Amino acid sequence: MGEILIGFAVVAGVGLFVGVLLALVSHFFAVEENVREKELRAMLPGINCGACGFKGCDDYAAALAAGTAAPDRCVPGASDVATSLADHLGVEATAPRDMVAFVHCDRCHAPTVQANAYEGILSCKAAAMLYGGPEACQFACLGFGDCAAACPANAICMRDGIAHVDTVRCLGCGLCATNCPKHVIGMVPQATAAIVMCNSRDKGAVARKKCTNACIGCKKCEKVCPNGAVSVQNELAAVDYDKCIGCGLCAEACPTGSLKRVIFPDARDV
Amino acid sequence: MFKSLIVILLSSVLINNYVLSRFLGICPFLGVSKKLDQATGMGISVTAVMLLATAVTWPIQYLVLDRLGLGYMQTIVFILVIAALVQMLEVLLKRFIPALHRGLGVYLPLITTNCAVLGVAINNITDGYNFVESMVSSLGCGLGFLFAMVLFSGIRSRIDESRVPAPFRGVAITLIAASFLSLAFMGFAGLVDGLFG
Repeated sequence: MGEILIGFAVVAGVGLFVGVLLALVSHFFAVEENVREKELRAMLPGINCGACGFKGCDDYAAALAAGTAAPDRCVPGASDVATSLADHLGVEATAPRDMVAFVHCDRCHAPTVQANAYEGILSCKAAAMLYGGPEACQFACLGFGDCAAACPANAICMRDGIAHVDTVRCLGCGLCATNCPKHVIGMVPQATAAIVMCNSRDKGAVARKKCTNACIGCKKCEKVCPNGAVSVQNELAAVDYDKCIGCGLCAEACPTGSLKRVIFPDARDV
Repeated sequence: MFKSLIVILLSSVLINNYVLSRFLGICPFLGVSKKLDQATGMGISVTAVMLLATAVTWPIQYLVLDRLGLGYMQTIVFILVIAALVQMLEVLLKRFIPALHRGLGVYLPLITTNCAVLGVAINNITDGYNFVESMVSSLGCGLGFLFAMVLFSGIRSRIDESRVPAPFRGVAITLIAASFLSLAFMGFAGLVDGLFG
């Protein structure tokens, strides 16, 4: 009986001793965290996507508290976060950016030509280094999913050989666009109606041979646009999203279907 | 004396490697070995904690537990002490060396009651080492852990870049690779006898 009591006393004593010591240490050596920084950090989404240009939400909050960063840099948080941050910091709210990623390639809906059979590492960056990838079209989505791997929100899935962005899940951070070696992913505003589904800067005849859905640079869209929003540059139609009113005339006029009207569901409502 | 210390160091790094021969500390070995910088950070943290744990648990064993005849309480007391020690280390690092805390701080809570750390503390007692030998042995175990982590992170980055058959993807191929690495370390078994025997 006595032995049990000694054992009990020793373990309890050691536990009590280290417990008290730990409490004292954490009391006397605790680091004071910046209260303001903590409050700002609580307003941020906390997914550490890095779209603000800082290492993560903690870093951005620290920069905000130090006054070295503007409150409009949180892309996933969009206007709500920007406004609340600006309110908290006592500065004027600036216009937030509501952008989503979009894959400007439609080769999944067209018979395309393969230039070579690639059997290397399953990564777009690696494939693009070998003769520009297996696709005959040098501008096409390679479909190995570097963008999907980079996406912090799991918004990108690979379907029918190319990347598809779930615009509801997309945070608009742009990490996929920076990780795409073909620069086929662009950031488009959510309210857009007309989008070019092609990235090919090949001349019309060449582009058409490689992919039946390619933009051939015929300028029909440019002619029908009532607002001057569509223009063909470098054999590829481009939409000025500030001018586009979403009438859809260009999509109707497009002979290859590379211009489409796309109406995004509003990601922020979901 | 010096020779025996070298034998202890060498054998704990290569022959009785904690991860690859004794299969202790497998959790961080599989969990944090994806990238080289993380693996190195984890390895250094584990080494530091092993040294510190031995420095504290050795006197506790011989000055407190053995004198009171409470050797059977070893495990529970060691767990208690090591856990508190690591927590304390984290608080102190955060206060006094914030740069080091940013580098190693995230790993410290993970190794509070890591079995490799506890294993080193207990094995030093079971093997009957004196204080200096215990410290050298725990340094060796820590370095062995770091060594295994660094090697394995290299292997894993190669696995990530290769085509693995679907059923083997993920944990399966990682475990198989770990077993091969462990097999390779069996080759060191005769090293100490050959060098010093």
